[in-house]
Amino acid sequence: EVFLPEELRAAAPVDFLQELPSYQSALRRRAAAGGTQERRAAPRGSAGLRAAEARGPEQEGGELAARPAREYPLTIAEKRRLRDCQQADIKYISGWKQWKRTSSKSLKKVLNEVRELLSYLELWRHDIHSIEGKFGTGIQSYFSFLRFLVLLNFIIFILMFSFVTLPSIISKYGIFNSSFAKIPPKNIEAHCTVYKPSGNMGLVYFYTYLKDLLSGTGFLEVTSLFYGYYTIDAAWLSILRYNLPLAYLLATFAYLALSLLWIIKRSVEGFKQNLVHDEDQFQSYCNKVFAGWDFCITDPNAAQLKHRSLQYELQTDLEEERLKRKIADRTMKEKLRIYSLRIFINIIVIAVLSGCFYSIYRATVFSQENSNVSIGHDIRTDSIGAANLLVQYLPSIVITLANFIAPQIFSFLIKFEDYSPAFEIRLTLMRCVFVRLANIGVLLFSLWSQISYCATDQCKACGYNYELYPCWESEVGQEMYKLMIFDFIIILAGTLFVDFPRKLLVTHCSCKPVQWCGLQEFGISDNVLEIIYGQTICWIGTFFSPLLPAIATIKYFFIFYIKKISLIHTRKPAARPIRASSSNFFFLVVLLIGLVLAFIPLGISIAHIPSSKACGPFRNFNTSWAVVPDTILGFPTGLQQVLHGIASEAFAVPFFMVICLIMFYFIALAGAHKRVVEQLREQLIMVRFDPLFCTPKV
Amino acid sequence: AYKRFSELLPKEERENACSARVPKSRILTLPELRANPFRHRICRVFSTSDNGDDSMSFEDFLDMLSVFSDSATSDIKSHYAFRIFDFDDDGTLDRKDLEKLVNCLTGQGKESQLSDEEMEQLIRNILEESDIDKDGTINLSEFQHVVSRSPDFTRYGGLQR
Repeated sequence: EVFLPEELRAAAPVDFLQELPSYQSALRRRAAAGGTQERRAAPRGSAGLRAAEARGPEQEGGELAARPAREYPLTIAEKRRLRDCQQADIKYISGWKQWKRTSSKSLKKVLNEVRELLSYLELWRHDIHSIEGKFGTGIQSYFSFLRFLVLLNFIIFILMFSFVTLPSIISKYGIFNSSFAKIPPKNIEAHCTVYKPSGNMGLVYFYTYLKDLLSGTGFLEVTSLFYGYYTIDAAWLSILRYNLPLAYLLATFAYLALSLLWIIKRSVEGFKQNLVHDEDQFQSYCNKVFAGWDFCITDPNAAQLKHRSLQYELQTDLEEERLKRKIADRTMKEKLRIYSLRIFINIIVIAVLSGCFYSIYRATVFSQENSNVSIGHDIRTDSIGAANLLVQYLPSIVITLANFIAPQIFSFLIKFEDYSPAFEIRLTLMRCVFVRLANIGVLLFSLWSQISYCATDQCKACGYNYELYPCWESEVGQEMYKLMIFDFIIILAGTLFVDFPRKLLVTHCSCKPVQWCGLQEFGISDNVLEIIYGQTICWIGTFFSPLLPAIATIKYFFIFYIKKISLIHTRKPAARPIRASSSNFFFLVVLLIGLVLAFIPLGISIAHIPSSKACGPFRNFNTSWAVVPDTILGFPTGLQQVLHGIASEAFAVPFFMVICLIMFYFIALAGAHKRVVEQLREQLIMVRFDPLFCTPKV
Repeated sequence: AYKRFSELLPKEERENACSARVPKSRILTLPELRANPFRHRICRVFSTSDNGDDSMSFEDFLDMLSVFSDSATSDIKSHYAFRIFDFDDDGTLDRKDLEKLVNCLTGQGKESQLSDEEMEQLIRNILEESDIDKDGTINLSEFQHVVSRSPDFTRYGGLQR
């Protein structure tokens, strides 16, 4: 009655839909034969069963692995009948094919069970699942991201520990009959190699240890935490020679490459979604309406909030569309006014940024000058100790203040720029990302200007300021260590001294201003930027302080629980949610930006600034990078020539051209696919009106 | 799953839970369905009862759980989602179905519903994006096509265990 004409009419277009590239790739992924026929089983049970039965024997004929019964959208009773049907057909197939089929089925079952077992081993699986149920998938994506960072830092730590720290420790303590070799540097002025770290100073007050723990000086400076510990040049394990400087450098490159590949792998899924869709808004309305309801919600309050947020989202999108149409209708005079206003506001933004950078520079210079001066003094007295700690932490304090104030200014300024709401959010986020990451860059730049400032000839002979920084890599490592510790302290203090009192105030005090302030929302982007900032510090700092990833792992581990408790007890759910799919991709893109920005300071430290001659594995080389050409010179001549060939221009230029050609090919392919999709769409519309196929809808 | 189903039955029928049917009012007390705006449609779609009272047997219950579980393919999820969204059971999603769908999403109550012209604009946009043969309705293939390109569908379509 009602259904059959629809079936007939829709049968023709369905064939065209099958030609769409996205559908073809979905078909290829599914192993079974047969097109869309099975999926279109009728709601009426008997009709569907007849259709499925009719297709059953043909399907079994040529194919080895039929679709398991669970992939059919039928009720259980019908699936049972279908399975009996499939079993009956098996008798008609030869013994070899039967064996293949049963073995592939049991293999699939085993793989499924292994996969389920592995999912139990996932860290914090239950916690993240419950957060998803109560707060939605946007916030859940933040916690999954945090878990990813914990694992990444742990793997980096294992890498650095096993290739750098472990051989040093083994050879220094002579375990397994190992020994180490210290080659004294030749052709270097004697004054460059003087380095006396103030290690154990005998009887000291207890708080000195605490101070050393917080600032990385004193007893910590001589441990394997910092670069200065790794002063051996080679480790001998019976007859095997382990080249520690080379291992140190290669381990650094390895962890950077590992992070890059892992992040790219994770972001490829999100990128595919963004690329496959059309340029315009990738079906956001359909996505929001058909996939908008989060079926994981079990709490009626959460459901009420979800309703409101969906309503808000839909209304915002519709409003944005109306705004776009209004913008297109703007007159010339209005456009001029708005553009000049935007230029003015961008100038203000640049001024704010320069203010931040300058204050960080001055703070770093001040901190370096004053904390070094006090090393000469007796630092056991009380008052100098506390002030010294404050001075040492001054760059971290200034950076944290800048990271807090600048975003507030940006979100205030952007209201005047009259952009569409979605673009406003993106632009503010980009500016905040830039502020946070550039602050670290400015800190490092000011450190370097201090380190390479050379007035005397003696200093120029060493290449760096040997008086103040005999072991400058350890200094940089200490700065990174302080940044990391301070970051953790701020997060802890923020939760303890801001969130919980606020919650207590809101629940117990019912005066108007307090209630109007209310509880804070869980700002996903702010929190994500916070942890990306911490991760960038870790990446930069690991070269100067090989055990820093372990500290980062522990730090993120505790941050997970702190944030979770804060979320559950002190936050209200966001009124304007960020969608999970787009936010995952956004987090990974910003993390990638952080990683790329981490390459720059590391590259400059390794290849440009002369390594310190008094400590560390690179004492005998001009720069840290010089160990690689040195090793290559020790290879057999054939291999040397091959490596020289790869690094020369004669290889690089053709290689680059080939890569460009491949890229252009893929772009052309994507363009061609898009055109095919358009043509097929037009064909569909034409077919509908073709009298041969059906009667046109009146 | 059997335990949860038998909890829904009154005490005397628990022995032969396999063949008993649970009335719709009891099914709606499940925590996963309680907050779901599509709960009535879900019961209607999965119930195989002949007298139209939307009661569910154990097999219907299992069907429902298997479709909503994480291991169901997106084909199955989209097929059942289409049936759930098809409020008048005519095999296509036309304007009235879409209107009821959007009202379900934004919540009950007058102030939480979109205005008429907003609704018009929204439905026009949805049809523009998903109606390929431009007949003013969305059939199953168009729905599955549009949903396969939607990144949030598989993420949101699962029930917590």
